[in-house]
Order: sequence, then C-alpha cells, then structure tokens
Amino acid sequence: MTVTPEKMSVDAGRKRQQRRGEGRAENSVAKNAKRRLTSRGATIAALVIAVFWTLPTLGLFISSFRPAQEVRTTGWWTIFQNPGFTLDNYTTALGAGNSQLDLAGSFINSIAITLPATVIPLMIASMAAYAFAWIDFRGKDILFISVFALQIVPIQMALVPLLLFFSQGEFFGFPSVEPLAAGGYAQVWIAHSMFGLPLAIYLLHNFVSEIPADVIEAARVDGAGHAQIFFRIVLPLNMPAIASIAIFQFIWVWNDLLVALIFADGRVAPMTKLLAELSGARGQDWYLLTAAAFLSIIVPVIVFLSLQRYFVRGLLAGATKG
Amino acid sequence: MSAFFSWLAQLPPLAQVPIIIVAFGIVIAAILFFVEIAPRSGTIYTVIRLAVCVLAPVVLLLVGNSYTWAIIAAGVLGLGFFYIDYRGRKGAGYLFQLVGFLAPAILLLTIGLVIPTIQTTVQAFMSARGDRFVGLENFVWVFTQPDNVRIIINTIIWVLIVPVVSTIAGLAYAVFIDKSRGEKYFKTLVFLPVAISFVGASIIWRFVYTARPAEQEQIGLLNQLVVWFGGQPVDFISESPWNTFFLIVVLIWAQTGFAMVVLSAAIKGVPVEQMEAAELDGTNAWQRFRNVTVPGIRSALIVVLTTISIVSLKVFDIVRTMTGGANDTSVVANEMYTQFKNFELGRSAAFAVILFVLVVPIVVYNARQIKKQREIR
Repeated sequence: MTVTPEKMSVDAGRKRQQRRGEGRAENSVAKNAKRRLTSRGATIAALVIAVFWTLPTLGLFISSFRPAQEVRTTGWWTIFQNPGFTLDNYTTALGAGNSQLDLAGSFINSIAITLPATVIPLMIASMAAYAFAWIDFRGKDILFISVFALQIVPIQMALVPLLLFFSQGEFFGFPSVEPLAAGGYAQVWIAHSMFGLPLAIYLLHNFVSEIPADVIEAARVDGAGHAQIFFRIVLPLNMPAIASIAIFQFIWVWNDLLVALIFADGRVAPMTKLLAELSGARGQDWYLLTAAAFLSIIVPVIVFLSLQRYFVRGLLAGATKG
Repeated sequence: MSAFFSWLAQLPPLAQVPIIIVAFGIVIAAILFFVEIAPRSGTIYTVIRLAVCVLAPVVLLLVGNSYTWAIIAAGVLGLGFFYIDYRGRKGAGYLFQLVGFLAPAILLLTIGLVIPTIQTTVQAFMSARGDRFVGLENFVWVFTQPDNVRIIINTIIWVLIVPVVSTIAGLAYAVFIDKSRGEKYFKTLVFLPVAISFVGASIIWRFVYTARPAEQEQIGLLNQLVVWFGGQPVDFISESPWNTFFLIVVLIWAQTGFAMVVLSAAIKGVPVEQMEAAELDGTNAWQRFRNVTVPGIRSALIVVLTTISIVSLKVFDIVRTMTGGANDTSVVANEMYTQFKNFELGRSAAFAVILFVLVVPIVVYNARQIKKQREIR
C-alpha cells in the first residue's frame, strides 16, 4: 500500500466522526455549543491539573519498587538514569511494625474490621429504612428527622464516653452491663456500625421509599407480612442502592484512623493506625513508607476502580458524610 | 456476650469474619421470623408474642450480664409493651412489627451517639477526671492559652481555604473536560485520591515535601523543583506559619475529586436549550459559564462547599500523620485527641463541643440545600 500513515489516520478519524454524528444528529447543535467551551487553553489547564493530581501518587508507586539505596539518594524521576527494580521494600514493609503487630497482620486486621463493619450497619439500616418508609406510626416524622439530625454530631463527641461504656459498662457513671472484652474486634465493629447508621438510614430511606406502592400492596394482598416483603421484595430491589452505600461504608471504614485509634488498639489495629505510627517512628525510611502506603491504598483503590459507577451513585445520592 | 466476644477474639482474624456475620444473620433472621408471624391471630401467636416481648429484653440484658433488678425491670417493661401492642389501634402485633424493624437501629444510635453526646457535653464542664463541676474553666483555658488560640485560628484557616480552592479546582476541571475525549479517564485521575485514606495521602505528600541538605541530591519532588529554580531546599512541614498551608494542600488534593464529580453531574443537568439560547445571543464561553452554568448548578455548588467545609473542620488524620500537631499546625479535632491521650477528659470534651458548635450551622444549612435540590429535581 502506498497510502501514508498520516492520511489513513485522518480518514479513520473522519469516519469515526461520521459514525458518531449519525447517531446523535439531533443534538449536534448542543454538542457544538458545549464543545466550543473547551478551548485549547482549557485542555492544557485540564492536563496540568490531571498531572498535578497524579504525580504524587505516581512518585510513591515508582519509589516503592526502587532499591532502598536508590530511594535514599536519588529522586524517583531519575528512574531512567538510575534504573533498578526490587520487591524487597514490600517484604520489609510487611514485616515492619511495633512489638505487637506487623504490617501484614494489620492488613488482615483491616479486612477483619471492615467486612463486618460494612455488612452489619447496612442490614440494620435497611430494616430501619423499611420501617420509616412503609410502616405507619405516630411520631414517624419526628423520629426520622431525629435520626437524620444525628449526622450533625461529630464522632469526636461520642468517642470517649463510648469507650468508657465499652470498657466499664457504665451509663452516666452507673455500671449497668458487663464491660465488653477488650482486645478483640468487637468494639471497633460496634463503633463503626453505630457511626455509619444515620447516613445509611437516610440514604436507604430515599431509595426504599421510591419503590412503587403497588408492588408492596400486591405482595401484601398475596398474604406476605412485613418481614417477607422486606426480605423478598425490598432487599432485592434495593441491591444496587445497598451496593453503592456499602462501597462508601467499606472505603470509609478501611480508611478511618480516628475510630481505630480509640477502639482498635494493640494487636487488632488496622493498617491506617500502623501506617501513621510508622510514619512517625521511621519517617525518613522512604523505601519502607512508600511500599507500606501503597499496600494500604491498593485495596480501596481496586474496590473504587472496579465499582466506580456505584460509588459515584452513592456519592451523588448523599454528598455528605456526617 | 462478653464471653462470646472473648472466645471470638482468640480465633484467627479471618475466621472471625464469617462467624460474626453468621451470628448477626441469625439474630436478624430471628427478628424477621417473629415479625412475620406477629400479626397473625390465634392463641398460639399471642403466646409467642407475649414470650418474645418479655424474653427478648430479658435475654438481651442477661447476655450483657446486667444486674438482676435491671433484668426484672426489662421483663416488666416488655410485659407492658405486650399489653400496649395487644390493645393497639391497628390490631395486635402491629407495634411489635414496628419495634422489630426499628429497635436495632434505635438501640445502637442511642447507645452510640445520643447518650455519649450528652455525656461529652456534661464532661466539658467537669474536671479532668469528671468528678468535679468546674463551670466554664475548660473553655476559658481553651480560649486563653496562646497555643490553643493558634489551634482555633488554624482550624478557621482550613475551613476558609480548603472548600473554596477544592471547589474552584473541581469546577474548573469539570468544565474543561466536559464532553472532551477520554472524559472518563480524566475524571478517574482526579477522582482517585477520594479512595485513598488521609493517612496514605499524608505519606504521599510528605514524600513530595521531604527535604535533603542542600549539598545532597533532593528526593522530594517539590524541593527538587525549588532547587532547579535556584532556591535552597525548605523543610516545608516544619516552617511555621506556612506549614499549615502545605498540610492544607493535601486535603485540597483529596477533596477536589469529590467536588469535580458532583459538579460534573450538575453541569450535565444544565438544560442545553439555555446554552443554545445564550450562544445565539452572541455570548462568549466565559459569559455563558458565568450566566448560565453557574446559576444552573448553584445548589450543587453549595452542597459541595458545605460538605467540604465539614470535612475540613473535622480534619484529623492529615495533621496527626504529617506533624502530629507540632510546629503550630494543630487543629481542633487533633487537639481533642491529644487532650484525651493526656487524660484531660474535660478539656478534650471542651474541644469536641467547640467542634460540634462549629459544625452545626454548616450541616443544617447543607441539609436544607440538599432538601431544596431534591424538590427541584
């Protein structure tokens, strides 16, 4: 063939444009109006922002694979002058930690904390949301607004008294129940479930109340009680909503530091806590910190990238996290 | 219950996950089962309801290993509830169903948020050990110590800068990439930091800021840039007062993606007819943006601004990980934790209350805006 590559690419481009144009001929005017907003300057600005937002993470990622000596003496942008690849940083990082726990253990802890702390509040919130949407009772609005209003409370307000309740079983200084055993995940599971509820109930209520009344009514006529309607109809119909809020809660719990500092101490600490500790204790060991940080961000990032659609939906539905 | 959790805590971590989820599932299944049969009429169902009403609270307190009088009181209360339910206007079992659905959430919220909030508020007016009423002493201490005044000022700086800059950057980016080729990928690049923990983000940025002595090669990107432009390397996160701003950059970096995604969705909701009309009137791109797009996404802008304001007020992880509050970078949320660690519970509570008071107006305003936005849609 004698056609130059350059010409071919133009042709291909034009063909693609035509194909695209055919489909959307009717709103092409609108498209043009909008497209003209994106001038060359805007594209460059967008590129600059994109680069600025990506470079720090990229630097971390590259450095985590460079030999310790290289990381210590040269910048990661000189990777081509000072090549080198190693997985040693990761091996070292997984073994780093304090006397009770290493990073590998805290990775397991993060999983063990996050999964129940996502499932439990969502199930409880679904039930509450169903009651608020489909069971009539006096004072419903006031109760719902009260639950909604609890989002105002910063969790800082709740941390210390809740810790005392767990460790001493006291209400207002009166011992009332047996203290919860320290050292397990129970405290942090329950704490996260409590703190996640107001937003989850509010968001799920929005979705649950949008189910057509006919569907619920039909089931009721067929003799289903509330529990059956909830389990057989509302839960399956709401799965997309539940999924998007679950991703939210998952990432929130996985990334949390404050609740973990207070309720998950010692050998049950999650990665964020150990990472913060390492950052203080071995602040200049960048070969170690980069690998450790990358290990901790990889799970939420994978969850996020693979389920981004759901995540965005949850974000747009709520747009707040109390 | 405590015994169950102690037993559970001995197992390998990953074995605990399925066990706790199954145990939780059994409890939920039991609740749903009793709720399902509750409204049925007949003696046997009435007896089951009675048994559950009395036994459920009793068993709950029993497994909590509470006092005998509390267990008996719970049983009596359950009996009372059974009677109210039995006589209920909507038929026996109606209230029973309602409580079955709502009780777990209400119980957790009461124990986890309502009661602690009251306790913290009371604690703010008490001494460090919580045994003596000290009036406003803790608050006086907060507002008179020079260090603390600095902390409050820092918090205000965070709230003033982060929402505005993130929103502007997010909006600009959303507009620039709107309808461009590869919009999806452009979005992901900026949105990604949303999934990264503040601890991870802090380490990423501390690496960018890290400084080496002038005679050595720099390994931090920012200091390398400074050196390339002929400057001396700076230890960005320890030089007050500018270090706070370098910490603020981290939160801006993390929050812009959120602003961008919400605003981008709002921009796509602006009617194209308005855009066309404005274009026919001969307006330029900036005028269209200013007079059509911005008013069209006004409520989304407010939601984004207020949401990020709340996040900035409560910022803790970034300060904790990057400086620990040293070199004049501390903020209210960090100080609340520091005082708690120093066993100064009264002062810690005072900081929590200050945070609460600062957050309330923003959240209320935000909630109103979200509601308004819903109604428009």
